[in-house]
Amino acid sequence: MSPAPPTGPVELCGIELAHPVINASGTFDAIAARKAFGDALLEQFPFAAFVSKTVTLAPREGNPPPRLWELAGGMINSIGLPNKGLDGYLRTDLPQLAELPVPLIVNVMGFTREEVGRLVDAFAERDEVAALELNVSCPNVETGLMMGAVPAEVSALLDHVRPLTGKPLIVKLTPNATDVAAVAHAAEESGADAVSLINTIRGMALDPRSGEPWLGGITGGVSGPAVKAAAVAQVYAAASAVKIPIVGMGGVQRGQDALDLLRAGATLVAVGTESFRDAAAGARVAGELAGLAANCDVSYRNQVHSC
Amino acid sequence: MSERTTAPFGRRAARVLGRTEHGAYVVLRCSDPDGPVPSAGQFYMLSTAERWGGGVGERPFLPRAFSVMRARPTGAGTGPAAGVVLEFLLEDVGPGTRRLCELGAGEDLLLTGPLGIGFTAPEGGRRALLVGGGVGIAPLAIWQDELGAGTPVLLGFRDAEHAVGAGLLSAAAVATDDGSVGHHGVVTELLEAELDADAEVVVYACGPPAMLEAVRALCAERSVDAQLALESGMACGFGACFGCVVPTRDGYLRLCVDGPVLDAAVLETAIVAGAGH
Repeated sequence: MSPAPPTGPVELCGIELAHPVINASGTFDAIAARKAFGDALLEQFPFAAFVSKTVTLAPREGNPPPRLWELAGGMINSIGLPNKGLDGYLRTDLPQLAELPVPLIVNVMGFTREEVGRLVDAFAERDEVAALELNVSCPNVETGLMMGAVPAEVSALLDHVRPLTGKPLIVKLTPNATDVAAVAHAAEESGADAVSLINTIRGMALDPRSGEPWLGGITGGVSGPAVKAAAVAQVYAAASAVKIPIVGMGGVQRGQDALDLLRAGATLVAVGTESFRDAAAGARVAGELAGLAANCDVSYRNQVHSC
Repeated sequence: MSERTTAPFGRRAARVLGRTEHGAYVVLRCSDPDGPVPSAGQFYMLSTAERWGGGVGERPFLPRAFSVMRARPTGAGTGPAAGVVLEFLLEDVGPGTRRLCELGAGEDLLLTGPLGIGFTAPEGGRRALLVGGGVGIAPLAIWQDELGAGTPVLLGFRDAEHAVGAGLLSAAAVATDDGSVGHHGVVTELLEAELDADAEVVVYACGPPAMLEAVRALCAERSVDAQLALESGMACGFGACFGCVVPTRDGYLRLCVDGPVLDAAVLETAIVAGAGH
């Protein structure tokens, strides 16, 4: 198998993508962006696939503000997964997201395995949905453990939801786990089609005046270039443990960052926080990556996989 | 007519044409040859092209939101947009504004915008009354340009150095906290006197949270319609980050896509947690 060029069309679990750069869930709201930018968003859509913000069974208002804290080289967010809930998503969001010019990946999260199952089931037969991403960075309220923190939790979750759909299942791993490679391996063994990582790293900021926690949610997730080194290390570790494709993300600002994650073992790369600074960052990163790949000998630890 | 002009997609460079000081404030004038003419009350996300995050690893990292203070179409645009010269009002209060204040003619800003929803013109024969405080006077300048120079405006400032900013609008009545210029007191005292004389108005206000809350409460008490341009820390400006929410009677609203101008009636308070940093 010859190395697939990272710049042209790529395939993820049978989904054809124009290039290897997508968005990280929760970092781009295509519906709101269409209000701000009009149809220019569709004409210049920056990602090869669109991953929507986490959907939960019940609507969530999200965390009280303040929700953001700026860091040197990044930020902490404590957004709290606001969303319309499954019914609202199906009624309001999905029809609009189906108009995007790229495949749609729906990110879901539940607080029990049954909840995740109901969410997966709801999208199982939806033609608008190309794949599902499971957000396991939340506590299982029945076991008290974070769903993505230990291999056994991830295995039990996939044992429950894997039979419910033939669509590709991507497990979004949490970096707040003891051994991300072991969790990735458990996901693969239990039928995941791909893993994506890293999610944000737990962090906290204090109000410099009062000394109290700044964020309304007390702690939040660190993202941006500050976490890139952690992302490269975790993608590298996961790539050593699995053969399924990896969507690598964490601190991607430029083509070189994307190339680093591909070289560490990712098949696709996601842009997150950089889209906040420049809505068109995904397209820019893809273009820079194409330029880099054309001018250097790119070798990968992992080739492009098919499922 | 709630005003939202859509923005070109993504971030673009804008050359700084001039930088002028007005007491405590700096006005940056820049060329946006591919941009549309914004609606009054809309904002832009600004950063500098050089030495802004990603390089030496220091703050600032995120762009900063600024209401546009003035916009003059140039007609020189190459695309569908007319091309426009934009003015922004800055005050050095932190690492982002400090870096922006350092910019001089010939350097580049990076901007995204215009973003959000601006002011809506008064209806039913009522007149407009503009109320501003501090650096929050910026969107009132473009709104006064649009409504006419005779539109009455009340402005509050900390002291004489800041009150120099009043010269950026036409015929403003001024209040200062220290009494060094105009009325000794807060701008809402001027507003109260105006409403006593004639309450057939729509109030348009922008300023620090405490001032906006005082305006909101006064207008609510007098059953006077008010449109408030709020501020909240935001990472993106186009609805992606969900960081800029403010509590309203209908739950949280993202100020960047559902504001920054909000009908005061939807608010229980104009105090936004975390604003002013």
